[in-house]
Amino acid sequence: MKKVFGRPQSMKNNIFHYCAGCGHSIAHRLIAEVIDELGIRGITIGVPPAGCAVLAYNYFDIDMIEAQHGRGPAMATGIKRVLPDRVVFSYQGDGDLAAIGIAESFHAANRGENITVVFMNNAVYGMTGGQMAPTSIMGQKTTTSPMGRNNVLDGYPIKVSEIFSLLPGTAYIERCAVNSPANILKTRKAIRKAFQYQIDGHGFSLVEILSPCPTNWKMTPIESCRWIDEVMCKPFPLGVIKDLPAEAGDEQKKGDKRHAG
Amino acid sequence: MNKVLMQGNKVIGEAAIRAGCRFYAGYPITPQNELPEYMAENLRKVAGGVFIQSESEIAAIHMVAGASAAGARSMTSSSSPGISLKQEGISSLAACELPAVIVNMMRGGPGLGNICPSQGDYFQATRGGGHGDYRTIVFGPATAQELADLTMDAFDLADEYRTPVMILADGMMGQMMEPVVFKAAKPRIYPESYVMKGAGTGKSKIIRGLILDPLDMEEHNWTLDRKYQVISGKETRHEQYKTEDAELILVAYGTGARIAKGAIKRLRETGLRIGLFRPITLWPFPTNELRDLAKKIENFLVFEMSTGQMVEDVRLALQGRARIGFHGRPGGVVPTPVELANVVLRKYDRKEGLTDYY
Repeated sequence: MKKVFGRPQSMKNNIFHYCAGCGHSIAHRLIAEVIDELGIRGITIGVPPAGCAVLAYNYFDIDMIEAQHGRGPAMATGIKRVLPDRVVFSYQGDGDLAAIGIAESFHAANRGENITVVFMNNAVYGMTGGQMAPTSIMGQKTTTSPMGRNNVLDGYPIKVSEIFSLLPGTAYIERCAVNSPANILKTRKAIRKAFQYQIDGHGFSLVEILSPCPTNWKMTPIESCRWIDEVMCKPFPLGVIKDLPAEAGDEQKKGDKRHAG
Repeated sequence: MNKVLMQGNKVIGEAAIRAGCRFYAGYPITPQNELPEYMAENLRKVAGGVFIQSESEIAAIHMVAGASAAGARSMTSSSSPGISLKQEGISSLAACELPAVIVNMMRGGPGLGNICPSQGDYFQATRGGGHGDYRTIVFGPATAQELADLTMDAFDLADEYRTPVMILADGMMGQMMEPVVFKAAKPRIYPESYVMKGAGTGKSKIIRGLILDPLDMEEHNWTLDRKYQVISGKETRHEQYKTEDAELILVAYGTGARIAKGAIKRLRETGLRIGLFRPITLWPFPTNELRDLAKKIENFLVFEMSTGQMVEDVRLALQGRARIGFHGRPGGVVPTPVELANVVLRKYDRKEGLTDYY
């Protein structure tokens, strides 16, 4: 019988420890599928974060090296500079990237390191039990913003993708979500593009993924998926935020046309 | 190889490159800036050599961890406050058993302190520095020649034991110029199997320090400890200077030991037979070698440019078998050999022995 669906080769045959309705397992699978598709399993090195995805190496069947909290892009920088022909990505949560590791992430982006960052934004610290994240939205109730996020006391949600897009070193930034089949397919496409751009040497790429955390949001998985559409997407609108290689390609095409004309 | 006159910080850079260092990341801080500057100019000229001026000390040490995992001999350097920031990464290097060389050109502290030579980071360097049960090999060079030799040895030991190695010197060692001869580097011995470079067609590899099961974590701690025991037994280094006939031994390292040698020369001219015991490895501390001296000598005076840190290791080594005095000048003060000689004359009497001791 013809096999129509199976486990990606870049995934181990382990059962995810993630909660029901969590977006990590979907994102893991998408990355693994893209690695298989591009045929880069043997040359890819992943850097998982501190947080729920710290155990990502139990699921990916690729070389992986743990980073201390927030330091993934620094570690990925070290690896990529020594092994420029390998594909290197960091996988980071919102606390990891936008709080404790904002400096490492920002400067890796600013140096235009030829790496890919997969940024899981679930607006909450998951593993530690649902504390306020730098991306928690205004009014969001968490264990450390029990009355709701208040800008006077807690500041504002950080729009990482928009801010990073201002850096000349970034090549490609897209915000996606894994809350519906259509969005999951778009996320897969974005991850594939980010890895392809790295292979082509375009520089720093970041795929932000709005990801449900039903456990800490105190919602059902379905409510969580709906919350992303109805609430989270307002401060964090989905779409391509920056795509320099594509823009350059468009310019090139225009130029070619003019030349031909 | 000809003798060259070079500044201490640059000596380390040159020795590192000759030892095969191919990755350096660092952040500016006085008094070690000449080292990253040297690497920026010279490491980038070497095939495959990478220099990165990082955004922080923290980023630098984690870049080093990544580069080390990817198979490059890697180094970072800083001075006291910056080394505090690197401790997260040093702990992680120890946990993940990744080799790296870290240079600390100590300055006055605590806090921002000042930029003058000091030895106040001895505890931090020799007790591990970061969180968790681990040790780092620590060299305390006292001459530019030793900066060169020990930097090269540091890379070899880091590889052999897959552990971070620290060069602990101070602003004076970093800034002064002395003649140096660079020895030939040994060929690197580091199995490919330790290197993370992508799984290829084989089994994937994990490098991690997170071990959630307490029994497994305990075993990892004991595994590391067994390695540290081997290092303690095999890798101690020290120098004895005029100890054969000594009635009192000065114990000092690094810049402190240079001052002590000057004091000893003066004291010997007055007829006092003073010797020097100079630990070259601060961890592992040359405990047995120092204890052996206490079989025939009763008086030991520890001199440090701190309020007294290595003196604790001296007490642990001698275990009450001798009198141990202490003289310290913390905060970036570099005393003269004359001052130290006068301290000895004040505290030591040939008939009474050390009069001011623990």
